[in-house]
Amino acid sequence: MTESVHAHADEKPPGLWRWVVTTNHKDIGTLYLLFALLMFFIGGSMSMVIRTELFQPGLQFTDPLFFNQMTTMHALVMIFGAVMPAFVGLANWQIPLMIGAPDMAFPRMNNWSFWILPFAFSMLLSTLFMPGGAPAGGWTMYPPLVLMTGDAFPYLIFSIHLMGLSSLMGAINIIVTILNMRTPEMNLMKMPLFVWTWLVTAFLLIAAMPVLAGVVTMLLTDRYFGSSFFNAAGGGDPVMFQHIFWFFGHPEVYIMILPAFGVVSTIIPTFARKPLFGYASMVYATASIAFLSFIVWAHHMFTVGMPLAAELFFMYSTMLIAVPTGVKIFNWVSTMWRGSMTFETPMLWAISFVVLFTIGGFSGLMLAITPADFQYQDTYFVVAHFHYVLVTGSVFGIFGAVYYWLPKWTGNMYNERLGKIHFWCSIVFSNLLYFPQHFLGLAGMPRRVPDYAIQFTDWNQVSSIGGIGFGLTQLIFVYIVFQAIRSGSKAPARVWDGAIGLEWSVPSPAPYHTFQEPPKLTEGELQREGI
Amino acid sequence: MTRSARQQSNRTLALKLAGITLAMFGFGFALVPLYEVFCEITGLNGKGVNRIVSAAATAVDDNRWVTVEFLSGSNLAGSWEFRPSQSRMRVQPGRLYSVSYQARNPTDQAVTVRAVSSIAPGTAAGYISKLECFCFRQQRFAPEEQRMMPVRFMVDRALPPELGTISIAYTLFDSLNREAAPGS
Repeated sequence: MTESVHAHADEKPPGLWRWVVTTNHKDIGTLYLLFALLMFFIGGSMSMVIRTELFQPGLQFTDPLFFNQMTTMHALVMIFGAVMPAFVGLANWQIPLMIGAPDMAFPRMNNWSFWILPFAFSMLLSTLFMPGGAPAGGWTMYPPLVLMTGDAFPYLIFSIHLMGLSSLMGAINIIVTILNMRTPEMNLMKMPLFVWTWLVTAFLLIAAMPVLAGVVTMLLTDRYFGSSFFNAAGGGDPVMFQHIFWFFGHPEVYIMILPAFGVVSTIIPTFARKPLFGYASMVYATASIAFLSFIVWAHHMFTVGMPLAAELFFMYSTMLIAVPTGVKIFNWVSTMWRGSMTFETPMLWAISFVVLFTIGGFSGLMLAITPADFQYQDTYFVVAHFHYVLVTGSVFGIFGAVYYWLPKWTGNMYNERLGKIHFWCSIVFSNLLYFPQHFLGLAGMPRRVPDYAIQFTDWNQVSSIGGIGFGLTQLIFVYIVFQAIRSGSKAPARVWDGAIGLEWSVPSPAPYHTFQEPPKLTEGELQREGI
Repeated sequence: MTRSARQQSNRTLALKLAGITLAMFGFGFALVPLYEVFCEITGLNGKGVNRIVSAAATAVDDNRWVTVEFLSGSNLAGSWEFRPSQSRMRVQPGRLYSVSYQARNPTDQAVTVRAVSSIAPGTAAGYISKLECFCFRQQRFAPEEQRMMPVRFMVDRALPPELGTISIAYTLFDSLNREAAPGS
């Protein structure tokens, strides 16, 4: 490489235009993460509307249609706008740094896959101001109900097409980067586990997202072009939608949790100062979960009227997922066992992930029992379950990752005291928010209702207090992030003394261009396998 | 690896992955006929099968009685009156029975409707044979017209012994004014 190239190594285009035309994986990672943060607050404010309305029985603030719009949009924004882009942002920042690649394999496609998202969500959010309102039939878009959506309907479909396109381009980019751009000494079984989980996630994305694109296209043609995929009058079957949707929908939930597994598998060894216990079994467990995720979809629809054989098959295959997941949980615990543990903010998030995700996993096992599911179906128990795995699972994983790598990204340490306050407030309020929903569900409160019988009032009030508290707590996080961007004590290259991995071999903040030449792996970087 | 060689291999891999993506998009649509075939073979979704039966050639099972329940529903605009002449019937497998459904068009417009049947439990669907049914073809109703529509059916002697009650439901749909595949 010539001297002149070196001199330009840190030069960026001036002004805001830089962010529009950038092809740098770090810039694009930042854009993804900030976009996800914005969407987290938009989706979060919708959940504040929901929890405020549910503070007491009767209709206080919203009419039922608007309430249903809030539940539907909250889910779509949080899933496709907050959690998925946040993980893609982490992948963009970290994967090239962790495998010693100069950038993603297709930098310009990378730019495009991010910049599709603002358009997709402008379209989706604009439906709130349309005649007939935003989609209100639930994020699962079951026909025939979803076909009664007003003018918002085509916007819903096309925004999902765009989100899918963005994820698919991101996934292809990530797979090619991981498979082709690793530094020569790093074979697959020496990759950091975050890279492994993202590789598997990206394959899930390219297998599942096109099926979603297909099924929403069928909805579109059913509504506007006279096809009858889901119309019984024309020989179609609305139940078929549920089968095809959940064929996408179940892998989707693993798309949202596997990268969090990777994050936790990175953080825990650092602060336990021990190599990850059972690295190889973690890799195989991730792959098994990914495979199983394609053969369990009908557990979302046990009550739809399936024959006994199918109910049993989907019950047992669902329970089987607990085996590789259990392997992971025990590996994390074993990694901490007799480690020299310290409890910096990222570690707190990681440990709380292990505990709270396990609670979500157990309620998932309860839901997997077919006869029990007939009682739980469409109650708040389901809401409690998937918020434990998605909020205290995925979102806590994202928080942990941000605290863990923020000093590497910004060059400054975040405020540890505020970080701990953010953590403890989040953990208290999120449990206050979601745990009572288990009781509500078991007592029979249905989900997606703006009003309820008075015996559910007490726990709903606890849940709403937790909800508002959890929402406000996240403002601390925004303050911490922007404070770390602007000021704070300088972070060293190896921010955490127990950290291993190539990303810690570059200075903090990570230079604009890194690993123009493939790096050599040191003994420490190779030490992935535990006892 | 040189830069251009790596770009080449990146491009090849990306094209393969894009191929998988397109294939999975196609697979989403392929699930539709697969679903139909699967349901037809197993009779799982209660759509039943079309089979030719000869009433004369079938022996009646005198020792067995089965309850058949008749349900009706309407998915049409306006409050259509649509109900069976009797809500349940005790039948013997192998014998031919009749029931009629009465429907009245409450609107002041002519409407063409299609009745879609569904049999529950789904595993019984393969053992109900219909010799005549208003659901076989579209039905045109003049404004305010009321009429009786017959169903002639037989329960197969091979009906599994654990099935004691079968329900047959008909739902009226707007025919959308086009020729759709005939219902069962």
